[in-house]
This record gives sequence, structure tokens and C-alpha cells, in this order.
Amino acid sequence: MGFSTIVYILLLLPLIGGITNGIFGKHLPKNLSGAIGTGAIFAAFLCVFTLFNHVNSPVQIDVFNILQFDSFSLEINFLVDQLSIWMSLIITGIGTLIHLFSMGYMKEDKGYYKFFTYLNLFIFAMLLLVLGGNYFVLFFGWEGVGICSFLLIGFHYSDPVKGISNSLAARKAFVMNRIGDAGLIFALFMLLSTIGTLNFTDISERLSEGVTMQNLTVLGITLCLFLAATGKSAQIPLFTWLPDAMAGPTPVSALIHAATMVTAGIYLVARSNFLFELAPLTKDIMLFTGIATSLFAAFMALRQNDIKKVLAYSTVSQLGLMVVALGLGAYSVAIFHVTTHAFFKALLFLGSGSVIHGMHHEQDIRKMGGLKKVMPITHWTFLIGTLAISGFPLLSGFYSKDEIIGHLFEQNPVLYGVIMVSVLMTAIYMFRLYFLTFHGTFRGTQSTWDHAHESPWTMTLPLLILSVFSVLGGLLNLPGLFLHKGAHWLSGYLHRAPGMHMIIHEPADFNTTLGLMAVASAACLGVLIWAYNNYVRKGSVAKSDEALDGWEKLSNRKLYWDEWYDWMVVKPVEWLGFQMNHTVEEKGLKSGISGLGIVTGKLGIVLRKLQSGNVTSYLSWMVIGMILLVVFYLLNGN
Amino acid sequence: MPTPTPINIDFYVILATLLFVIGAFGVMIRRNMIVLLMCIELMLNAVNLLMVTFSSYYNNADAQIFVFFIIVVAAAEATVGLSILILAYRQLRTIDISIFNKLKG
Repeated sequence: MGFSTIVYILLLLPLIGGITNGIFGKHLPKNLSGAIGTGAIFAAFLCVFTLFNHVNSPVQIDVFNILQFDSFSLEINFLVDQLSIWMSLIITGIGTLIHLFSMGYMKEDKGYYKFFTYLNLFIFAMLLLVLGGNYFVLFFGWEGVGICSFLLIGFHYSDPVKGISNSLAARKAFVMNRIGDAGLIFALFMLLSTIGTLNFTDISERLSEGVTMQNLTVLGITLCLFLAATGKSAQIPLFTWLPDAMAGPTPVSALIHAATMVTAGIYLVARSNFLFELAPLTKDIMLFTGIATSLFAAFMALRQNDIKKVLAYSTVSQLGLMVVALGLGAYSVAIFHVTTHAFFKALLFLGSGSVIHGMHHEQDIRKMGGLKKVMPITHWTFLIGTLAISGFPLLSGFYSKDEIIGHLFEQNPVLYGVIMVSVLMTAIYMFRLYFLTFHGTFRGTQSTWDHAHESPWTMTLPLLILSVFSVLGGLLNLPGLFLHKGAHWLSGYLHRAPGMHMIIHEPADFNTTLGLMAVASAACLGVLIWAYNNYVRKGSVAKSDEALDGWEKLSNRKLYWDEWYDWMVVKPVEWLGFQMNHTVEEKGLKSGISGLGIVTGKLGIVLRKLQSGNVTSYLSWMVIGMILLVVFYLLNGN
Repeated sequence: MPTPTPINIDFYVILATLLFVIGAFGVMIRRNMIVLLMCIELMLNAVNLLMVTFSSYYNNADAQIFVFFIIVVAAAEATVGLSILILAYRQLRTIDISIFNKLKG
């Protein structure tokens, strides 16, 4: 079997799974429907694994030409290289576990088969996105994941209580992503008009052959691409949709809004590295956007009380860190953080899903507490996830974050200080979340406590697997400090993908690295001790919304970001719509259009006189017409 | 026997034109429906004559075949026209075309 066959099978499996469930799912038993969905993704994972084992150098697979002009052609082709294989591994691997989890989580849902249809279609679109060999195929996948995300956020649109807000959240995500997508389209047009092709390999070849581009053009293209990335990867200014997207079922939050889809923006930038290397200004903009996003999102997470909202803001914050890495030109480091983040954030979201499932869809951490007794597996795995994201020494998040902040330290110690604040806040809100949920005394109603239970094996198995990866994931890119000096396995692997090697990955010297690690560990441990003291020993609990003031209120109300957008964008647009309706249409268009009607009517009254009803006169008109025609041709003819 | 001098083609063309113009004016001026139908026949046959003339002039039989078609179509047209005429007469007891002006705008 050639690589192309494997890639076709790999792409078709989720599609077939989705179509099968979409058409026949209604009549299938729930277990079978879920098994089809999960099985398709697992088989796809095996395909990717085969590719992972056998592909050494990038392979381009041409499928067909969709459009052929003199100057350019649009092709459907796939690029199988280390970057796309690695992303596919994450997507199908995490995807399998989350599908398995969903089989338990969605058990009582009416739209069970529909859920698996959407999930499978999402995986298909995401694979199309990362395997596409040009921006055109990437754009297909990009829009595909967008629509699946929309459908899944608003999955419970008919819920009697939350239906409307779910639909509004879906709409918000869709509209915000549209802004980013516009950026992507503009970037594509600019690439076509300047370079004349959309193929990744062709573009990087032509750029390295010395096709000179105007600085301004490169700046425009990269800024548009980055705008697209801010939409999908939830960066300032387009991040507000992600916390609202938590309206979707929890497995969706884990798969789409934490582990895979939101990293599409990171992937886009890493894939376009050859362009971004030509635009230092864009990289600086990315660096500062990443830092600001990371900082603000972490701040907003400090006083959120919805278990999923905390995780959502932490996702935004972590994505900010990845963008920082991209801005520094450390593309492989960003992908490394994508990987570890996928492990521990999927784990945390699935853990929160397990909690929500056990608590009968209660999401407010103020009504939880002491759950470690009834949910031992969820508790331990959630603890591992919390430690991993907070950068506890020797867990996966520790390594990937350390590489990012290490690079930042070499670049600019001041910015390093700023990002350390964000890292510190990450630890604070994660430990707050953990202790409030699992320790202390239960604060909900007695009946909820009586019904609280550990989840079935389909839900705990993915948690256990993911927690193993969360612990060991850091070893993928073992820094030179430990064991083998200078051996960065994942970076070395990714550097075989086109363009990724342009950035020489130089680790800082031994003492600096050790110092940075010590600072990070100390920060994490310090926060852990403080949080334990505060939330367990003193037993302080989260305040009610009314009792908050000062910075706590700011954090709880998300710095009034949504209100600000409302005032800046929504209100003016509504005002414009009102004016259009009442001034332009009512006064301008209406008189214009009816004027046209009146003129036509008047003209008709004059012209109807010609319709005498007399056959003879009609015939006369006809003969006159013919004579005129003959005369006309006699005069004009040769 | 000396071959008779062929008639100049101009005469045929002038005759056909005259027939056509008579037909056309008849259609425009007359109000009797039967006369109208006759005038239409006249115009058709003027065209037929012209076609046969040119056919013979260019030694090409194509146009003569067309003439047969036109004669058939004209017969059909006359049938339909006369049927309409009879029905119209039954309704209104007249065949004056100026009475039929119900479509006046």
C-alpha cells in the first residue's frame, strides 16, 4: 500500500463514520452508533500511526485539479510531512479517547447519533485542515471545523432553559470566526496575485529561490493569516467566543475548544513559517498579542465560578503562550506546547465532564466540594491535570512552558517577567478550581450529594490514559538538561518538515536553564502551598457574585470585555441598521421605488391606446414594421 | 423548331411583388374575413411564384420542394381559418372583422 492509499483511507474513515451515523444512526442502537463513531476514529489513528512509522521525508499526494487557468491552478493535494502527521496523531489519538468518553457522557441524550455524526465530521474536517497540501484544501478544512464547532456548541438548542443562550453562544462563535476567515481569504487572494500558487511546497521553494516580495505585501499576507489565527485560536481581539463556546456538551469543549480545533491557528502559522520569517513586524505583533492574551485571560480565570469557564479561560491563556512561541519564531516549541496542552487540557475537560455528569449537570464550583471521596478516579486524574498545567516539576506542562519562557527570557527579560505573572496566575486559578471542587465540604443540596457517583469505565478509561500522557508527555522533547544533552526528540522530528528547520533551536546555557526551571518550580510549589493553606486548612470558599468588588469583580466580569465590544461594535451596527431602515429605506428608497412604479403606470396609460383591438390596425403596424426593417437593411447593408 | 425566347426574369419578380402588395393591402383594408383569408393565400402564392422562378433560373430544385410544403401548410391554414370563421359567424352572425375588437386595451 502506498502512502496515498493510507491517506485516502485515513480521510475517508471519519467521513464514512459520520455519514453512516447521520443516515442510519436513528435506527441503530446507541452502543452500535457510538462504536461506529469511535471505531472509525480509532482506525484512522492506526492509519496515522502507520504513516508516522514509515514517512521519513515529506510526501505530496496530488489528487486532482479543481480549476485550471493559464496562470494558476487550484489543486486538491495533500502534504504528508512530520508536522501534519504529528497534528493528525494528536487529533485522532485524543479524538478516539474523547469519542469513547462521549459514549458514556451522552448516554441519556436524545441526539446521541447526531452527536457522533458531528464529531466524526469534525475529525474529517480537521484532518483535511492539517493534511491539506495547499491553502485551498486547508481553507476547506478550516470552514468545515468552523461549521462543526457551530453545530456542536448549539447542540442543545432546544433545551427549555438554556436553549436560547446555547444558540446565541453558537452564533457568537460563528460570527467571530467569520471575521478571522475573512482574513484567511484575503491572505489567499494576496498569495495568488503575488506568488501565483497556494501550494505550501511551491511557495516556500519560490521564496527560497529569491522571488522577491514587497515588504508591505508580506506584511499584509502575514497579518491576514494571523487575523485568521486569532479567530480560530481565540486571541485578542477575537477571543470572547471561546468562553461562551462552553455552552456545548463537555466532550465537545474537550475535543474542539481545547485540544484540537483551537490549535488550528497555531498550526496555520507554523505551516506558513516561510512567510512569517519574512515579516519581523508581524512576529512582534504576535508576540505582544500572545502575551496580552495570556495575561488577560489568566486574570479573567481567577474569579470565574463555572468549572468549564475557568478551563476555557485557561485554554485562551495557554493558546496565548503558544502564540508567544510563534512570535519568537520557535515553531516546534509551539507545537510541543500544543501537544502537551492537548493532553492535559483534554484530561481536565473530561475530568470536569465526569464531575458534571456525576453532579447531574451542576457546573458551579460553589455548589461542589469534597468530591474526592465519591469520585476517586476523577479526583486523582484531575489532580494530575492540574499539576501538569500549573507547571509542577517533571510533568508535561512544566517542560513545554519552560521552553517557551526560556526562549522569551533569552529574547527579553522584561517580557519574561510579564509572562511569569501569567504562569503564576495559571497555577493560582487551577489550584483554586481543584481545591474548591474536590476538597472541603460539600456545598450543594443533599439530594445531589446522594446521587453523586463515579462515572462508568468508558469515561474513566480515557481519563486514566490521558493522565499517563500528561505525566510523561514532557519526555517527548526532553531538554538537554536531562539525560541526553541537546537531544530534543520532538523538535528534531518536526524539523524535518519543510521550513521548520529554519529556526535553529539553541537551548540556553546550563545554568540559565536550571535557574529558570527553579524559578518556575518555586512559583508552582509556592502557589500550591498557599492554595492548600487557603482553601483546605482555612476552608475559604468562593464568594457570591454580589460580594465581589475591586479586582475580583473585574475578573469575574471578564474586564467588561463583552460589554465593551457591545458598546463598540454591536450598538453602532444596530444604530446603522435602524438608520438604514428608517431613514434610507423609508425616506430615500421608498420614494424612489414608488416613483419608478408611478412613471411606469403613467406610460402604460398612454401606450394602451395603441391596443385598439382592431385586427386590421395590428396588421398595419406589422406591415409598417416590416417595411421599416427592409428600409433599414437596405440603407445599412452593403 | 426555334426555341421560344425565355421571358425575362424581371417580369416574374414584378408580378410576384404586385401579387404580394395586393394581398398585403387587401389584408389591411378589407373587413370581410373571407377576403382576408383569400388575401393571405395571395401573399403565400406570390412567394411561391418567386421561389419557383428563382429555382428555375438557378437550375436548383430545392426551392420547388419548399413550395410544396408551403402549399400544404397553406391548405391547413385555410382549413383552420375557415373553421374559426364559421364559429365566429355562429356567435355573432357577421364576418365583419371590425366587430372583433374585444381585446381593446
